[in-house]
Amino acid sequence: MSIDINFLGILIGAIMASSVPLILAASGELITERSGVLNLGVEGMMIIGAISGFALMVITDNLFIAIIGSMLSGLLLSFIFGFLTQSLLTNHVASGLALTIFGIGLSAMIGRDFVGIPGKEFPLLFVNLKEAIPLLGPIFFGHSIIFYFAFLLPFGTNYFLKKTKIGLIVRAVGDSPMSAANQGINVLLVRYCCILYGGAMCGLGGAYLSLIYTPQWIENMTAGRGWIALALVVFATWSPLKVLFGAIIFGGITILQLHMQAMGIRIPVQFLSALPYIMTIVVLVIISRDSRKIKLNTPTSLGQIFYKEK
Amino acid sequence: MNKYFLRLLASVLLLLGFSMKANAEFKVGFVYVGPTGDHGWTYQHDEGRKAVEAAGIKTTYVESVPEGADAERVIRQLAQSGHDLIFTTSFGYMDPTNKVAKDFPNVKFEHATGYKREHSNVSTYSARFYEGRTLLGHMAGKMTKTNVIGYIASFPIPEVIRGINAMTLAAQKVNPNIKTKIVWVFTWYDPGKESEAAQALIDQGADIIMQHTDSTAPVQVAEKAGVWSFGQASDMQRFAPKSILTSIIDDWAPYYVERSIAARDGTWKQQDTWHGLKDGMVAMAPYNSAMGSGLVNEVKKLQQDLASGKAHSFTGPIYDQKGNLLVAEGKVADDGMLAGMNVYVKGVEGDIPK
Repeated sequence: MSIDINFLGILIGAIMASSVPLILAASGELITERSGVLNLGVEGMMIIGAISGFALMVITDNLFIAIIGSMLSGLLLSFIFGFLTQSLLTNHVASGLALTIFGIGLSAMIGRDFVGIPGKEFPLLFVNLKEAIPLLGPIFFGHSIIFYFAFLLPFGTNYFLKKTKIGLIVRAVGDSPMSAANQGINVLLVRYCCILYGGAMCGLGGAYLSLIYTPQWIENMTAGRGWIALALVVFATWSPLKVLFGAIIFGGITILQLHMQAMGIRIPVQFLSALPYIMTIVVLVIISRDSRKIKLNTPTSLGQIFYKEK
Repeated sequence: MNKYFLRLLASVLLLLGFSMKANAEFKVGFVYVGPTGDHGWTYQHDEGRKAVEAAGIKTTYVESVPEGADAERVIRQLAQSGHDLIFTTSFGYMDPTNKVAKDFPNVKFEHATGYKREHSNVSTYSARFYEGRTLLGHMAGKMTKTNVIGYIASFPIPEVIRGINAMTLAAQKVNPNIKTKIVWVFTWYDPGKESEAAQALIDQGADIIMQHTDSTAPVQVAEKAGVWSFGQASDMQRFAPKSILTSIIDDWAPYYVERSIAARDGTWKQQDTWHGLKDGMVAMAPYNSAMGSGLVNEVKKLQQDLASGKAHSFTGPIYDQKGNLLVAEGKVADDGMLAGMNVYVKGVEGDIPK
């Protein structure tokens, strides 16, 4: 079958829309990790954001409250993680995994009364331009405000880390918390802020799924996207702009395989679902051969417990 | 410390002993593949369970049980905790059900949509959903403008392939130009993936969306895109009031009540049940008046004929994709052939994934 130009636009637009939750969650997690904290609870925070957003939408009928609420709920969950790892000095990996399991269970419990309720129409921007411009129209227009926010976020994150003083502090804390502390930086405070920011972004990523992408609540609806976001941060070697690039590739794989099936091209589905992880491993292998590339962006103290003697 | 631990252990064991003893009452267990709130497949099974409960029999259920290692654990758990009859309601529970049945000869098992009855305490039951698919095919063939029918399929098992074939044959009969496009999602229930699949099919020109998956996501996508759709397993009309032409409804309640009572009264026997429109295990939701009364009456007539046996979904001549004759002219496919169907009929595009 021949692929016409408009269809190509719709396809690329669909791929970009599917990558939004990955960009949001991965950008948040990136800041958390750059401050030296490894939070594996992304999936848990996303799913809590998804149910909170949807529940608030049903209760208040106000999408703005729903979005803010989803971010707050992600933030709240990440606060538990922050308290455990930063104040009680527990192991990052174990606490993060616990957070994911907790989030999935809690969301299913809260969500019991919200199953099977149809969602609300989320306002889309520039819908008339979508039809008017061939190719570029369906790619860039007719999306929700969260979509545009997500695609600007990596640029903002990049600027923040590279050009601002606070960004520098975050990196310093992630690379050498002891030296940062000796410089008079409140390591604990910085890390708490980064953890909470990461939680809020994961919550927003979850809300994108339950409010915009598939507007309804379904148990376990994040379906592993949190894990892909985590892999994405590593795949991007902790660089915000590469997160954007990776999210489109990872998001595109699912959409492409469905379209290829509809066109009658057969690829083993299982292989494609494993592809994001395989690609991450390949990237890890490649960068581990060139230590300069790792040193450039990797937070050196990632996942280590920081304890300042008083 | 050790003393406390021993006391704790003793009390736990005691409790366990009590709970095992207290199981004299007749109980029926259900294992579901999705959440009871999926408004599709599992929802309908749970409606059946409620009917059993209403008949005065105690029931329990476990929802969202993945097909695989977990399933066996859950079924075993139900058997151990004193359930006398256990309904396992997904194709993928076939081997686990038979495995557990071997270890619990006094417990009765009923497996939905499967074909393995390895032990005398295992029955199987299914509905002739394909009769409903024939009706959908007739409507799809008449209603499509683009002549492309989008079909979201779950797993390449005979039941799903049978549905695709029944639909395609019926659609071809009324519209020889139709094309069936199939997307396999390899899940029964993943609304995100199901809606992506529906969107992909619509983007590629399908103006009819049909699903053999359990969530309401595809019909919602169809509603938004302004194309026609069909509900699956349960009446999904309220999720897509404009788009849904009808839904195939699975009505398990009479069967569940009958079998539960039989098991309680000791008259339960191993059997293989395959009921359709005739016995009401397959029913159709109200038809969308947007089709026009002419077409609605046509479909109702066909529904009657299928129920009475005057018409059959698989009436010859039927050829497979390569042109081999499957069913000769004037004959209908027998149940053995239907149960093991693993080839597409002529007119379906693509290959069945392995």
